Amino acid sequence: MPDGHVDLDAEHIGDLDEYEGALAGLSRREFLTYCTGVAATLGLSPAFGVKIANAAVAAPRPTVIWLSGQACTGCTESLLRTHHPSLETLILDTISLDYNETLMTGSGHQAENWKQQAMKDNWGKYLMVTDGSIPTKDGGVYCKVASKTYKDAVLECAKGAAAVISMGSCSSWGGWPSTGVNPTGAVGLNEIIKDKPVVSVPGCPPNPYNFLSLVLHFVAFGKLPELDDKMRPKFAYGRLIHENCERRPHFDAGRFAMEFGDYGHRQGYCLYKLGCKGPETYANCPSVGFNDVGQGTWPVGTGHPCFGCTEKGVGFTKGIHELASLKSVAPPNSYPAVAVDKGEGMSAGAAAVVAGIAGAAVGAGAVISSRLGKQDAKTESSSTAAE
Amino acid sequence: MSSQAHEHQPLGGRVLTLPFLICAALVAVAGVILFQRYTQGLAAASNLNDGYPWGIWVAIDVVIGSAFGCAGYVIALLCYILNRGEYHPLVRPAVLASLFGYGLAGLAVLVDLGRYWNFYHMMLPWYAQPNSVMLEVGLCVATYTLVLVVEFAPAFLERFGIEGLRAKLNKVLWVFIALGVLLPTMHQSSLGTMMVIVGHKLSPLWQSQMLPVFFLLTAILMGFAIVVWESVMASLNFRRPMETPVLSKLAGLMLVVASLFVVLRFVDLIVRGQIGQIFGGPQSGWFVVEMVLMISGLALLIPKANRNRSRALFLSASLLLAAGILYRLNVYLIGFTPAVGPWHYFPSVKEIMVTVGVFALEIALYLLFVKKLPVMHAVHPEHG
Amino acid sequence: MSKNMMSKNMMSKNETSVSRRGFLRNAVKGSAAAAAAACTTMVAAPPEANALVRPPKPLPPDAVGLLYDSTLCIGCKACVTACKEVNHMPPDVGPAQQGWNAGGGDKPIYDSPVELSARTLNVIKAYSHGTGATKDAAENGFAFIKRQCLHCADPSCVSVCPVSAMTKDTRTGIVNHDPSACIGCRYCVLSCPFGVPKYDYNDAFGEIKKCQLCKQQLAKNELPGCADVCPTGATLFGRTEDLKAEAKRRTALKVGEHAHFPRGDIAGKVGGPRDGHEKLVEAAYQPHIYGEKELGGTQCLAVSAVPFDKLNLPTNVPENGYPTLSEGIQHTLYAGMIAPATVFAGLAYLAHRNTKNHTDE
Repeated sequence: MPDGHVDLDAEHIGDLDEYEGALAGLSRREFLTYCTGVAATLGLSPAFGVKIANAAVAAPRPTVIWLSGQACTGCTESLLRTHHPSLETLILDTISLDYNETLMTGSGHQAENWKQQAMKDNWGKYLMVTDGSIPTKDGGVYCKVASKTYKDAVLECAKGAAAVISMGSCSSWGGWPSTGVNPTGAVGLNEIIKDKPVVSVPGCPPNPYNFLSLVLHFVAFGKLPELDDKMRPKFAYGRLIHENCERRPHFDAGRFAMEFGDYGHRQGYCLYKLGCKGPETYANCPSVGFNDVGQGTWPVGTGHPCFGCTEKGVGFTKGIHELASLKSVAPPNSYPAVAVDKGEGMSAGAAAVVAGIAGAAVGAGAVISSRLGKQDAKTESSSTAAE
Repeated sequence: MSSQAHEHQPLGGRVLTLPFLICAALVAVAGVILFQRYTQGLAAASNLNDGYPWGIWVAIDVVIGSAFGCAGYVIALLCYILNRGEYHPLVRPAVLASLFGYGLAGLAVLVDLGRYWNFYHMMLPWYAQPNSVMLEVGLCVATYTLVLVVEFAPAFLERFGIEGLRAKLNKVLWVFIALGVLLPTMHQSSLGTMMVIVGHKLSPLWQSQMLPVFFLLTAILMGFAIVVWESVMASLNFRRPMETPVLSKLAGLMLVVASLFVVLRFVDLIVRGQIGQIFGGPQSGWFVVEMVLMISGLALLIPKANRNRSRALFLSASLLLAAGILYRLNVYLIGFTPAVGPWHYFPSVKEIMVTVGVFALEIALYLLFVKKLPVMHAVHPEHG
Repeated sequence: MSKNMMSKNMMSKNETSVSRRGFLRNAVKGSAAAAAAACTTMVAAPPEANALVRPPKPLPPDAVGLLYDSTLCIGCKACVTACKEVNHMPPDVGPAQQGWNAGGGDKPIYDSPVELSARTLNVIKAYSHGTGATKDAAENGFAFIKRQCLHCADPSCVSVCPVSAMTKDTRTGIVNHDPSACIGCRYCVLSCPFGVPKYDYNDAFGEIKKCQLCKQQLAKNELPGCADVCPTGATLFGRTEDLKAEAKRRTALKVGEHAHFPRGDIAGKVGGPRDGHEKLVEAAYQPHIYGEKELGGTQCLAVSAVPFDKLNLPTNVPENGYPTLSEGIQHTLYAGMIAPATVFAGLAYLAHRNTKNHTDE
């Protein structure tokens, strides 16, 4: 459709109608609306929603193996809190989540065997997702599953993965386990897996829709979305929080909350002075929000300064009330350059007037001097004649 | 006394000639623009801005206009102080030109002043700020304009036959003549000192502690050149014989002053170590033009025979006048780069028309005065 | 032939004119040589030996000012807003915003000054180079600079003002402007080496405007607007001597060091004590305090990680203010008006003698 809208009912979608249970109790329209929403998160046109829907119901579903290291399980918990539709139904049916320590029903040898089997069956094709950091100190003994260090498990799994995604800040760059003295030598996944790109979805927890969108992009297009230099999807981490913050006008106007609960804080003033790290943190929190309960449900929205959880070197590193240092200024034209052109130059009219005056002066000079020349000649000839 | 009464006479003739009417029209145009300036502010009539707070209304109307007005100064200096009586025929027209030059420079100041209604504060001692070069210039120019009125008063008194007062005035005229020489010396040099304080904003080609000396020299030079010009124009337009013998003596002095200017200019540049700026400094082109005008003007006067040729005299005077104009324009506008730029300035059409109007008024009044008052030296009938 | 028309007076003097001319010529030659010599001594002599240079002025005893730290500035422009409010200044519209922001005349919807003006006493400007990615980096970076009156120790604007409208407080050193005295000649605008005083060209009764360090606030023991609201202490108020010491401490800081940065008044007196904050030094300071030596020193200082010429401040300037030069000339020529009086006496004598000759004829 020329305007980018798709008549959702008219499109033929794969085996959707035959695929029993795929929609998890959703109507066909509701499912398509969801996929279109995913497309919007990705910054794609609504027409891609259909493509995503097609990919989501295509069989066989891509296998996802999810490993957890030193983490609080917050990442998984936050994934469970997506509500349109409820994530667990969709994710279990859209993708084949073959191993996840928090969500799987099996345990012990059964679970471990299932993981090994899934890896073997889908070698080179499965998606590997991890949350939690990897301890490296003392041979990595601080985190073991099935008597294997987490580091070894990660390396083993990564070998056969088509793509590797690190979910959350711990997995992306070490997160809170790496903070301070870092007793376990916790590092991010990208420091262990060097031979494959590790796509990173940092945050504590990251917004689940960023993860969902990333996965569905991969499923739909067979490739990863555009990434920044820290391997984060640009659709989610392309802009500073500061750029989309609803409190930005207060910053621009110089209205700051000075302490928690003061007049400015109650009026919704900018939280910069309380240590908000929005100006140095890249994430889409202000525009996407959390928990599907409407606008304003994110830390700054509820009155707490952003502490920079997505940003290595900021979250868990800088003091919560330490002032942010500026990463960039946006919109860039809101500051006058140190050397702005000022004043009026020459106008065509003024140039013409000046040229006219100069021409008239030179012309008059020429006329006068020629008349004087004649007069001189006359004088000189008459004086010679007199002699 | 009676002999003097016949020394000068009104030229007579029609007042409403074409040149006069053209000038009057230009003055009317300027008047309309000035109405805008006084009702809507300076920006409505000019391109003046905070980078170039002084535009052509200062640089041309005041700084260059007052140099045009130096004719009376140099002639009074020659005639009364150096006692060169032969220049006497030139005194009255020169004083008249000065009166208009200065009077209209004063008028232009009132156009340019942002808070003109406070102008009289310059005269009140409790406002005075003695460090200000501007104060000195302002007071000097104002006083000098009054002095010029007194110096020109004999022509009025003669015309209207108030001989008693004229005799009394003649007794004390020497005081005013002395002032008429002292004051321009002071304020013309101070016009140069005025730009010393802008420091690095004025290109090193012009910025110097010698600015007052150069401004004094250009004032004298332009005064001489204006006398020559005026005399030539008068003889052409009013069909009077040329005053060539007197002018040729003036030409010698012009040569001396112009040479002194050029030599000092280069000495100053060398001593300050800025001589290299001539080659490819940002504003060097204008320096070269200024120097070419000045040197070609004085070169024309080097052959003695040329000093008796009215065309060579006229050309030389024009070139030296142009050189003086350009020097002053360079110091006040072209060589000036505002701080924290880039700033741009070029006069707007309206701004130029105001300046044209001021000069047109000067010419119109001059034409009127020489026709109605005994300004010009009497020409004996056999030469008429 | 035209000789006939000359006065007899001239004819009678013809005999003497040769010697007179010779005298005149010699006089001119002599004065040329003297002038050349004077020129040489004038411009070549070292400042302390140069009679045409007035000694520089020291800072007043209780000089106060601001320290602007470009590395602390986050470009929030709270100072710009506060300055407008405290000084009751109207919004200003930059040339790029004229199209949409003019609001149909005098009521712009958004204050967007690009430079100091008669409507803006304080403005934050940004330096930007290449990708503009890194704060306080000259290469591919950006940096802020605050523009306002620096309150010179030896201000040009005060030196040039003919009617004492621009004055420097003898105690605090604040440069004040009194519009009721001002004649609007704009010599202060022309002379200021930092381009600070501004005139309103769009007003038929325009005034000169410049920062006066919120003297009305200081009188109430409150901080100047900009220092009051600055969230990072990038604009710090205090006695100039204290600020100079603080600036020296900062320029000595190393990258990676944690340092304490005060807010408000450095002495904690004006506007009451305020908390400072700890911050990592992320960019190396330039080893230069802007305003410490420039043109005789200024009461408002600046430190930065980006060279000051990149921030479009005049850098290649002498250590003494320009008034030392112009006032030097004026004080030499017009000291006690002795020289003009002497010259006048001489001129009057000659004029008296010579006019008498003329009327005698």
